[in-house]
Amino acid sequence: MTQLHEIDLTEAFTELIRRAATDLPADMESALAAAKEREEEGSAAKSSLEAILTNVQMARQKSTPICQDTGTPIFEVSYPLGVSTRALAAQIRRAAAIATERAYLRPNAVDSISGKNSGDNTGIDFPTIHFHEWDEPYIQVDLLLKGGGCENVSTQYKLPDSSLKAGRDLEGVRRVVLDAVHQAQGKGCAPAVLGVAIGGDRGSSYIKSKEQLFRKLDEPNPDPQLAALEERLYKEANELGIGPMGFGGKTSVLGVKVGAQHRLPASYFVSVAYMCWANRRARLIARQDGAEVEVSYA
Amino acid sequence: MPSLTVPIADEEIRALHAGDTVYLNGVIVTGRDAAHKFMVEKYVKVAEVDAAERPLHDELKRLLNGSVIYHCGPVVRQHEDGTWEFVAAGPTTSIREEVYQADVIRYFNLKGVIGKGGMGANTLRACQEQPAVYFHAIGGAATLIAQTVRRVLAVHKLEFGVPEAMWVIEVENFPVVVTMDSHGVSIHDQVEARSKAKLAELLALA
Repeated sequence: MTQLHEIDLTEAFTELIRRAATDLPADMESALAAAKEREEEGSAAKSSLEAILTNVQMARQKSTPICQDTGTPIFEVSYPLGVSTRALAAQIRRAAAIATERAYLRPNAVDSISGKNSGDNTGIDFPTIHFHEWDEPYIQVDLLLKGGGCENVSTQYKLPDSSLKAGRDLEGVRRVVLDAVHQAQGKGCAPAVLGVAIGGDRGSSYIKSKEQLFRKLDEPNPDPQLAALEERLYKEANELGIGPMGFGGKTSVLGVKVGAQHRLPASYFVSVAYMCWANRRARLIARQDGAEVEVSYA
Repeated sequence: MPSLTVPIADEEIRALHAGDTVYLNGVIVTGRDAAHKFMVEKYVKVAEVDAAERPLHDELKRLLNGSVIYHCGPVVRQHEDGTWEFVAAGPTTSIREEVYQADVIRYFNLKGVIGKGGMGANTLRACQEQPAVYFHAIGGAATLIAQTVRRVLAVHKLEFGVPEAMWVIEVENFPVVVTMDSHGVSIHDQVEARSKAKLAELLALA
């Protein structure tokens, strides 16, 4: 008899990391395939999307990383009452080290003071783990591998912004998000998925913007105003003509996801989490099934 | 698609234009943030290279002469016999090396730099004088590019960490796009100017 609150998920977390690093979610892959069809024959934009799609297939077959920058592993863990978050965190850290040994992850955790690479993807607050207790009877772990190139072009605005004539409303949000896409050019490995958060404080806003990246591209926003904003930003960001890799072309973004949170009367932050085309997310579910715990992936 | 083998001749570089796609072949060296800082501080900016740094300095001089440097921090695997294999090896963002790149191009007689995202005015000027070009690899296409790495010949400065070390590799048919040529043309400048004009139109800022 194995109980959910006492199971060791280290090996399952290692498999979750392998899946995230070496495969792309189906919605991302089909969006890239559709983008390839839109680009002009013989263009650098089209050939780069072809290379990207070939690379995704090869990585899946060979079980090797899609991108050598396996990024910051960001774990969003939802768990029922009675499960130890300390135990889960320890298992996740062990799994990160094992995944590094197996070359699913590049050693990516660098001591900010000494400059020394820890060699196993563990360190102070590394990997990132957020815990959420919920009412469901099972554990759900969502993982996102967020690369450094696209993290460097992610940004935050404080509205109003006079240079962009951006006020404290959804029109202001639209203005700064388009500016962010322009500023990024190809440096964040376009075509991108944009996670946008409106409100919060600086810290919570950045976290909220990254949470948007876990949403599927075809999953509509339940808020009709935000859904309309997502639609418009998708269309207009692509009119900028930056294109895959910044080579110029029709596809600069593959999706835009917007969330909102309450803010102080004094503050109006807009955070833009720029995610490269390698939007590597994967999900693990562990649930009690009779005497055993069943683990599945999506 | 045309292919180039290092060492690359000046005429071959002059014949390249922004937008050209080429395959690269031969022995190249990876170098990113720590390596560029190191090369500039320990080689370029000193009156005389420290005796302890001499062997690597001379080796890099030999390897990089007429060759290219690749902005890349790979995922590697070490076999039991000690040899290394590149598992995933796409380009990293080049603009971080802008402060160093022109010096490094001139000092080592580089004929090109491979990276992603493009570089700035100083590098473009160095490319014109040298001559050299900026080769753009496909960002994120790491497994695909690792397949073009035939052999890992050596690794230097492994104490910088696996991503930051200088890996000497032999590549075969490494696909790249010339986005900054030796004639002063940068696709990155062109795309940015167009997107800036479009942004001004969308925001009615003009």
